[in-house]
This record gives sequence, C-alpha cells and structure tokens, in this order.
Amino acid sequence: MPKVKFSILESTCVPLPFENVDTDQIIPARFLSATSREGFGDNLFRDWRYTKTGEKNSEFVLNNPKFRGKVLVAGKNFGSGSSREHAVWAIFDYGFRAVVSSFFADIFMNNSLNNGLLPIVIPEELLIKLQELIQKNPATKVKIDIEKQTFTIIPTKDSIRFAINPYKKECLLKGLDDIDFLLSMKNAITGYEINKSFVK
Amino acid sequence: MKPKTLFDKIWDGHVVRSIEDGPDVLYIDLHYIHEVTSPQAFNGLKERGIQVFRPGKTFATADHNIPTKDQHLQIRDELSRTQVERLSENCRKHGIELFGLNHPKNGIVHVIGPELGYTLPGMTIVCGDSHTSTHGAFGTIAFGIGTSEVEMVLATQCILQPKPKKMRITINGNLHKGVTSKDIIMYIISEISTGGATGYFVEYCGSVIKSLSMEARMTICNMSIEMGARGGLIAPDETTFDYMKQLPSLPGIADLESSVNQWKKLKSDPDASFDRELEFDASSINPMITYGTNPGMGMAIDESIPIAENKNKEASSSYLKSLDYMGFRPGMKLLGHAIDYVFIGSCTNGRIEDFRAFAQIIRGRKKAANVTALIVPGSKKVEEQMAAEGLIEIYINAGFKVRQPGCSSCLAMNDDKIPEGKYAVSTSNRNFEGRQGPGARTILASPLTAAAAAITGRISDPREFMNEENNLKL
Ligand code: SF4
Repeated sequence: MPKVKFSILESTCVPLPFENVDTDQIIPARFLSATSREGFGDNLFRDWRYTKTGEKNSEFVLNNPKFRGKVLVAGKNFGSGSSREHAVWAIFDYGFRAVVSSFFADIFMNNSLNNGLLPIVIPEELLIKLQELIQKNPATKVKIDIEKQTFTIIPTKDSIRFAINPYKKECLLKGLDDIDFLLSMKNAITGYEINKSFVK
Repeated sequence: MKPKTLFDKIWDGHVVRSIEDGPDVLYIDLHYIHEVTSPQAFNGLKERGIQVFRPGKTFATADHNIPTKDQHLQIRDELSRTQVERLSENCRKHGIELFGLNHPKNGIVHVIGPELGYTLPGMTIVCGDSHTSTHGAFGTIAFGIGTSEVEMVLATQCILQPKPKKMRITINGNLHKGVTSKDIIMYIISEISTGGATGYFVEYCGSVIKSLSMEARMTICNMSIEMGARGGLIAPDETTFDYMKQLPSLPGIADLESSVNQWKKLKSDPDASFDRELEFDASSINPMITYGTNPGMGMAIDESIPIAENKNKEASSSYLKSLDYMGFRPGMKLLGHAIDYVFIGSCTNGRIEDFRAFAQIIRGRKKAANVTALIVPGSKKVEEQMAAEGLIEIYINAGFKVRQPGCSSCLAMNDDKIPEGKYAVSTSNRNFEGRQGPGARTILASPLTAAAAAITGRISDPREFMNEENNLKL
C-alpha cells in the first residue's frame, strides 16, 4: 500500500453531481488488464472523459480547466458495483485524496481506506449545497481535518464531524499498513487454526 | 445464551481477534482468485519478500478476460495474455491449485467453486470479485473484496473487516408460472434500490426460498451485491445436503455424514434479532426486466417505465441521463421493443438449470433473424452437461452458436462486446453504462425472458411460451 500520511487537506473541489456512479463508470473493465497499480488515472471516467473517437469531451468536468482540486465531490451512492480496487487506484492516481458523497458502497469504502483515499460521508442537503457552491464559484475550498474528523466548507463555514473507524483513522494519520499489522499477529492466527471450532 | 443469527454464528466463529473500536480480524476458510484482481496482490507479497501463508486454502481460475472462441490458441490480446500468464506463474511459484484456461475444470469462479465441492456450508469465503456472494447459497459468509484484501488473505489467511449489520428478507406465498429466482431477486432490488441493503448482510428465508434448487438459490445470493448488501446467505437444508451428496468429489470432507450433522446446526435461532426485516409476497412478482442503467431500475415486463418523481435535481437528472443512455423515455412500455443481442451466461445464470430452461422454450423453434445470441456456459462441466443432455443440439437447430466458458459478455473484457447503441437482453447481473461494451444497452432478465426475446427478436413475455410441462422452478 502507498504509505502516505494524511492529516489535513485544504483544496478546491471537482464536482460530479450524478447519483449511482458505479465502478464500471469510474474505470471500465477493458482497462483492467494491467498487472501493476500505476497508470489507471489516465482512464479514470474514461467513457465520459473521451468521445467515441478518442477526443477529449469538453463537456465533462475533468476536462473543464475551471474545476481543479484534490477533492472529488460525488453524488449519492458512489462506487457501487464491481469490487475492483482499480477504481480507487484510478481516482488516487489522478490526484484525488478525498471523495465526498452522501452515501458510498461498502466495498468501495474499504478499498478507499486501504489505499489512503479518504471517503467522507456528509448529509445530503450539505452535499447539494456544496455542489451548487462549486458550480457558482469553482474557487470554493474545503478543509478536511482527519485528527478532528471535521469537514468544512471554508467560505460558508459549514462544518460537520464525519465518521471514520478509529483504527482506520490511526492508519491514515500514521501511514500504517494493514498487512504489517496482520503479519504481526501470525501467532494468534496459528493459534486460532489449532483451536478453531465449527461455529460459535 | 443470547439467540444468534446464522450470520453471527459463522462470523463469531471466525474472529481471530476483535480490535477495540476497529474491525475484526476475520479468518478466511476459502479464497478464490482470478487473473484480473490478483496480480497486484502477488506483487505486494514480492515487495515484502513473503510467501503465501496457506496456499492450500486458495484456488485460482482464469475467467474474466479469456476468449470464448478458440481457447486452445494463444490469447490474442497482449495485456489479457500477460494477466493469464502471470496468474499461472504466481500459482506455480506459491503452490496454488489453478483451474486455468483449457483445464477440464475451468470456468467462472462462482460456478466452479460449488460444482467442484470446495464451497462448503459454514465457511468464510472471499474472492476479489463482488459476486462472491453467490456462495452464500450454501450457508456461508461469502463476499467480494478488493485487491489489498486479496493480499491480506494471501499473506495471513485473514482480513480486517468491520462486522456488517444484519437484514432478513422473507419471501412467502405462491410463485406464478414463468417467475424464476432471477425475477425474485430483480423484484427485491427494484423495490429497495441499489443502495437499499448497503451496510447489511442478508439472510433469505421463507417458503419460497426453501422450495428453490441450489442453482436458483445461487442466482438469488449472487445478486445480493446489486442492492448494496455485503452478501447474502441461505441456511443449509436437505436441498443443500442432497446437492453436496451428488457431487463427484468433496475435497475438504473426510466423512460426509458427520459433516452433514454439523451443517444442520447452521440456522438462525428462532428469537434471533435482525437490524432490519423485509417481507415480500411471491404472488406480487412477475417476470422482470430492467429499463435503466442500474439493477434497481427494474419493472414487471408488462409495466411502463416509471415517471420519476422529482425528489431533487440531482436525482432526476441522473434518472433522465440513464433513460437517455438506454434510448427510452419515462412512461414508455417495453413489451415489443426490438432487440439485437441475447446473452445467456454469467455467474448469475450460467448453470446447467439455466440452459435447460432456455432450451425448453427454444426447442423446436427458430431464433429471430435480427438477433445475435451468445450462449456461454459458466464452466467446462456445464458445457459437458449441455452436450450430454442434447441441449447444444437444440440451440444449433434453433440457429444459435454456443461458445466456450468464461465471463464473456457479462463484463466484455474479451471480444464478446455488444456494439454501441445495440440492445442486449442479458441473463447477467449488471446493466451499467458500457458494462457489455462501450455504448451497449443492457436489459437484464431471466433465462426464460431471454429465450422469448431470442425467438421473437423483441422484448416478449415468457409466459406466452410456456405450457404445463415447462413450468420449471429455477
Ligand atoms: S460472470 Fe460477470 S459478474 Fe460473474 S464473475 Fe464474471 S464478470 Fe463477474
């Protein structure tokens, strides 16, 4: 895992106000044939970003120079569908460090946290407000403080406390890695294997 | 003792350690891998300089990107070939059993796991594929994971997982003729939406579930993920045990009788409580189709596309964008709408029962001239059975071609793409934009509905093609 540490992020946002964006949209299956984790950012939202003839679709937000930033502000139910972690790699590789929505799919949430990409759930009304603010003024900045678990829209001072599993928070803050943690538990795991009962 | 759900019993029995305020360290009994989501996990092991911890608990297949024609030849697409070769190398290096391309037991991971007798009641099962939920039909906790988690399992046979909430979905009542397990699950998803079960693990109960075959139960559990659930499971019963008993081999079982006695304990206690309970009446379910670009956008085949209520701007623009992609309008009826392709296969409906059902309607008829059909068995074993039962002949006489096993058009990583703008009635599980190829328009349906569409070249009600004899339960 990329052992990036992450504590405070202040950034402008890229708005993607669609509901039910699934991982097939984030990265279409035909780009999954790689054997490394790098380079998926080029194909992020591929079929929305490029026209059928391979040119940039100027109407799509990633091709609009007005919108830049490390925070992707998505619509409700983001990341459903396939478990492909490539979706998270693509978002991360493109340069995003946080995704904001009012609702995420489970596997996407896990995959994000396992890759140092922070999924932040905010109330639907606030999400809609934020989308509108960004549309009106692309320079709108947000601030994310992991230690305090706060998400703030800087110009309006709207601020909420977001939920994050304390273990995962620690991992993000310290750049810790789940696999190192699990490897340190080998004795307990072997012990479990010896004493395993059928069900509890 | 506090009453427990089946899910609790299996989960709690697999917790190596609970981290305070954190996820559980969950022991994994069985791990399936495939070519697309595993290479980066093996790279991770290499970087750490470690071997697979329990190679005997991981099994591999190549299914996602393989061709379904001329499988004996070299894979033409270079990247796909590299992935498949990399899988073989990794399996060889780490001592993992591989049912790769051209292996007599090759097939889609969720089809071969059960039919080879690896999936057993009471297990925890994971795979880097969201439809791992399929195995829940056997009374297992089975769910899809990301590649980082694949690496965790390879390295330690464990993953870190927060315990999901529990939902029970009960389906009682009488099923109408022509209504299959695919229709049941599509109906539930259309009722509760694609995010309706997010955060939950579902147990399916009720007289209707009890009456279903193992194949049909797998279809139901398979699509649990399409309503956002982490997975779905069904308590094992005599149907399960009979299925296990007829399998040619059960590699992990020394004494089947005593295993069956253990498996009989796998059920929720009568007073166990669930975080959410839903109940459906089977008699309100009709053959289903989807009209939009997620599996929640489904309706009875003879209904009209709903006029979206304008909850908010975002929701209604997403709804219209979706219908626009499909070339449909709110309020439109889809019966009689011309289609171009039919795809029968995938881990949802690529088992022998599905092909039998398809054949029942096709037998003695011809496919419509405007239809191209891809008939793709879920595994080599299914392909063999199809041949042995004369199904392939029925298909050929009707004008279809039968391909070799694989995921194929379900996600179109290989050449089996539906061309842009074309309509495909598909027995797979996802109708996302571009899922079956860039610009492809997918209409999800049961094998019976797909058969009716193949014959007429239009979206058609399968009940018109059924008589007393072919009232199949699937
Ligand atoms: S058949 Fe489709 S859903 Fe099933 S494993 Fe293959 S790609 Fe995934």
